[in-house]
Amino acid sequence: MALGNDSLSTLVAKRLALGLLLLLAISVVIFAGTEMLPGDVAQSILGQSATPEALANLRTEMGLDRPAIARYFNWLFNILQGDLGTSLSSGRDISTMIGDRLNNTLFLASFAALVSVPLAIFLGMIAVHYRDGIVDKLISITTITTISLPEFFIGYLLILFVAVQLNWLPSSSLIYQGMPIGEKLTAIALPCITLVLVVLAHMMRMTRAAILNVMSSAYIETAQLKGLSPFKIIFRHALPNAVSPIITVVVINLAYLVVGVVVVEIIFVYPGMGQLLVDHVTNRDVPVVQATGLIFAAIYILLNMFADIMAIISNPRLRHPK
Amino acid sequence: MSNQPFLQVKGLCISAQVSTTGSKKKNITLVKDVSFDLERGKVLGLIGESGAGKSTIGLVAMAYARSGCKISGGQVLVDGVDILKHSHKQIRNVRGARVAYVAQSAAAAFNPAHRLGDQVIEAALEHKLMSREDALAYADQLYAKLGLPDPENFGQRYPHQVSGGQLQRAMTVMALCAKPDLIVFDEPTTALDVTTQIEVLATIKQAINDTGTAALYITHDLAVVAQIADDIMVLQQGEMIEYGSADHIINHPKESYTADLVSVRSHEKEEKPDPDSAAILSVSNIDAAYDGHNKILKDVSLHLHAGQTLSIVGESGSGKSTLARVITGLLPPMAGETIFDGETLPSKLKSRTKEQLRQLQMVYQMADVAMNPRHTIGQIIGRPIEFYFGVSGAEKRQKVIDLLDQIELGEKYIDRYPAELSGGQKQRVCIARALAAKPKLIICDEVTSALDPLVAEGILQLLSRLQEKHDIAYLFITHDLATVRAISDSIAVMYQGSLVRFGKKSEVLSPPFDDYTEMLLSSVPSMELGWLERTLASRKMQAADH
Amino acid sequence: MNNKLMHSIVSHLSWGARIGLLCLIIFALSAIFAPWVSPYGQDEIVGDVWESMSGQFWLGTDQLGRDILSRLIHGARNTFFIAGAATLLSFFMGTFFGFLAAVSGGKADQLLSRTNDLMMAIPTLIFALVVLSVLPASMGILIVVMGVLDSTRVFRLSRAVAVDIVVMDFVEAARLRGENTMWIIFREILPNALSPLFAEFGLRFAFAVLFLSTLSFLGLGIQPPDADWGSMVKENKDGIVFGIPAALIPAAAIAILTISINLVVDSVLSRTSSLKGGR
Repeated sequence: MALGNDSLSTLVAKRLALGLLLLLAISVVIFAGTEMLPGDVAQSILGQSATPEALANLRTEMGLDRPAIARYFNWLFNILQGDLGTSLSSGRDISTMIGDRLNNTLFLASFAALVSVPLAIFLGMIAVHYRDGIVDKLISITTITTISLPEFFIGYLLILFVAVQLNWLPSSSLIYQGMPIGEKLTAIALPCITLVLVVLAHMMRMTRAAILNVMSSAYIETAQLKGLSPFKIIFRHALPNAVSPIITVVVINLAYLVVGVVVVEIIFVYPGMGQLLVDHVTNRDVPVVQATGLIFAAIYILLNMFADIMAIISNPRLRHPK
Repeated sequence: MSNQPFLQVKGLCISAQVSTTGSKKKNITLVKDVSFDLERGKVLGLIGESGAGKSTIGLVAMAYARSGCKISGGQVLVDGVDILKHSHKQIRNVRGARVAYVAQSAAAAFNPAHRLGDQVIEAALEHKLMSREDALAYADQLYAKLGLPDPENFGQRYPHQVSGGQLQRAMTVMALCAKPDLIVFDEPTTALDVTTQIEVLATIKQAINDTGTAALYITHDLAVVAQIADDIMVLQQGEMIEYGSADHIINHPKESYTADLVSVRSHEKEEKPDPDSAAILSVSNIDAAYDGHNKILKDVSLHLHAGQTLSIVGESGSGKSTLARVITGLLPPMAGETIFDGETLPSKLKSRTKEQLRQLQMVYQMADVAMNPRHTIGQIIGRPIEFYFGVSGAEKRQKVIDLLDQIELGEKYIDRYPAELSGGQKQRVCIARALAAKPKLIICDEVTSALDPLVAEGILQLLSRLQEKHDIAYLFITHDLATVRAISDSIAVMYQGSLVRFGKKSEVLSPPFDDYTEMLLSSVPSMELGWLERTLASRKMQAADH
Repeated sequence: MNNKLMHSIVSHLSWGARIGLLCLIIFALSAIFAPWVSPYGQDEIVGDVWESMSGQFWLGTDQLGRDILSRLIHGARNTFFIAGAATLLSFFMGTFFGFLAAVSGGKADQLLSRTNDLMMAIPTLIFALVVLSVLPASMGILIVVMGVLDSTRVFRLSRAVAVDIVVMDFVEAARLRGENTMWIIFREILPNALSPLFAEFGLRFAFAVLFLSTLSFLGLGIQPPDADWGSMVKENKDGIVFGIPAALIPAAAIAILTISINLVVDSVLSRTSSLKGGR
């Protein structure tokens, strides 16, 4: 690794700076992605049959006649002040539209994470313990199967059997503010299970690979040849070195969770950010798409940055420099 | 104390399962019917080439088989009890407490996440042999005994904070700390530079003597084992070839294989006199750096005559391979020039003519990665013929066959792929590829260091014959002084990027020496008993004189 | 010779992979010969709404009374064509720039790699949604958007593979011989990069199928009256709450297709991680 002679704090600071730079760059890409392409927002609103005058008027009204760079900085400056603009289709303030929905999405995603992360690590360890045995093979086959399944297949399968035929849980997950937490949890049970199933296998398989990688190190053999008990070998020698790769695995999958939530929200008609995004893509409501896209991308980038920083911190070479 | 040997191995057989093509698995025998006894306080050396099964045997003393290996027969008696019949828990009580292990690569064998001290005392605490305080105090004593710097605080450090030689000694401390009856040393000095090796070897020997532990010392280097072992067993492909006292093996070997190992590279080539003509290669005042300012080479000048061999010798980090990169044009130097066959070579590879490139060929250390695995031997050797001389078709094929004959492989290899060849055969093909360009100079970068001694010997003899026949000059880069003696006409000694000594072989290898060359030369183990003690004693005397 | 090669490839596959291979062949053949093998036309209304499975309609009928099996067979064409074209595009772009970056090194490598990092920092689905909010969802645009976004993953892999090969001594030997860049890319690097790239092609295709289905399911992929498996799920999803499983049939078809690909690739590679590649 090209770590140079930097100290731990310098490296963390560098990674933070890189993350911020990346966020800035992403805002440029998202802005450019919607603004530079043929057919501008005015055209989208008024449709192909609009008269040139109407188009020109609307463009002036929306400030589209100004150069793109000026509009970008204006947009960015407003976002930094918490003003995400107004929706084209409804004329509502985007920040208020997003507020509750962001909470709902984070609630669903974090609950799915709370279930899937410990479960995946536990199952990954089981797979390592029984490696090359029946349990491991079974886990391996299930993994290949579940990572190949589209989210909607799992989701509708659950709805059909658990909600419609068995009538155990509601098929759509309507939640509202002030809903008692128990009811809220019942409402999100199915989307939560779907998300867990979607990320679980992959996370488990990567955890297994990460632990096996550590277990094949020479220092594990040293520990075995010292006559240590299997328990001590795993907890004292394998785990401290497996933490960093496992954190990476977890965060990669959490980042996916944030994205997978989009589809799951549509399946279960869950009032979150994903549904907001998809609805407004269909409406071609560009300001809303930009704002929600930026928030999704930001969460994704922050998670990845967190993983990198944890990896830096857990590296003994950096914690204890020469 | 009982009068039976501490360790008795009887009729040991070990097999391994290898998966061949498809899902079928095949059993191969790694170790076949090996027996030996080891008494308390004695040292047994296990010697053999790679694949001889010596590490596998060493680990069996701890009832340990690496994954894929299976102990298929025999007994391993520790204090008269067969540990192969032990339960897991009983085996654990042997490991680390009664029998300890020192691995080849200490850098990988220490856990990067824990302090050295905690790892050193771990076995003693696990087996409840000492209290933590006692163990730490004993470890401190051992650090001091093995010459580790700042022994009181050494255990506070992490593995990455100390050097390779120190780690290897710390690994020995780790094995000694629980006061075991037997230590298995698995190539403990192989990864070290020669000047570090002698120090580690001396401290290991000292520690064995002082603590009275028995040792199983595994190595491929007979000269090393001769310094430390009471008895030696020679292994070849899992079978015992010869087993006897060190004196018997070194001075009166019975088997021809053992005799070959003892006499390997003891011959020396006659040095050729310098001709009157100008040198084929001369580099002058070379400065070079990879990043533009940290100089890896400082003011290096040397020359080489046509048809002769110049060896550049030095330890890792001496800059010898960097010099090869400068000469080939891969690394343009910051200063200095390279004159080849009377003309100044452009410093950049891209500016050199095809003819200049043809005259100067290269052979690499790792023949495995020096050949494209997707090309046949015929394509590999044929390409330079086609590229430089525009020859193709049947004529090219005939030339390839000629070359295959010259490297003693023959026509049947022409359509094979590199993976189907042994290490020595691969290196021969690389030599043929260089030869195909009809060069005046071949740069040989550690061409024998990845090979077993007898195979390496064959390569060196081949190179000598080819030099006689085609009048090629060799620039031979190596860290191995035995190789240097065997093939050089002149020698350049490098140390930390500078040339410390350069001249004809007879001059470089005779006194008066500079300090570094003297240390380097005296550190090379010689195939005689008692060499280690004599060398250390004479160093001590010299230090006293100064 | 060719028969022998095929035979040796098949004999190395696990039983799971052989079943997968069989499914792939059946799917591909039915897509190619759709008009001849499907019992009804794809837009033909032939029965009642959401009829259950019967001898007449093997997989039942959809929300308008069309034969699901026939639509599935025709829809396979769109799914295979768009996913296949997008994967090809992503491969040509990704490997070209990836090899170029690895062989050139230096500033060119930095520029290409950093741009790629930037593209990969945005989740693919979100990026696609942002772009599709402006562009019309025509077949050509879908292929380009999917291909370009996915090429970032191919770039990363092919660059990594090529960088590993470029540092090998045999490449240095070729450079010292005086060979030009084209020889180095095509004769030294490419033959050694083929097998990892081939396996990756299978995985990228599986991912493209899933991605296209997801877009169509969200209503942003293939637009009516054209149909693919993802949009068939969307059309029939309202039946689920009434206990009508019509939407699950195309969803299961997608699942079988991607599982088959993964089984075959997994057996060829026996690799253990990153099956889904990047997301």
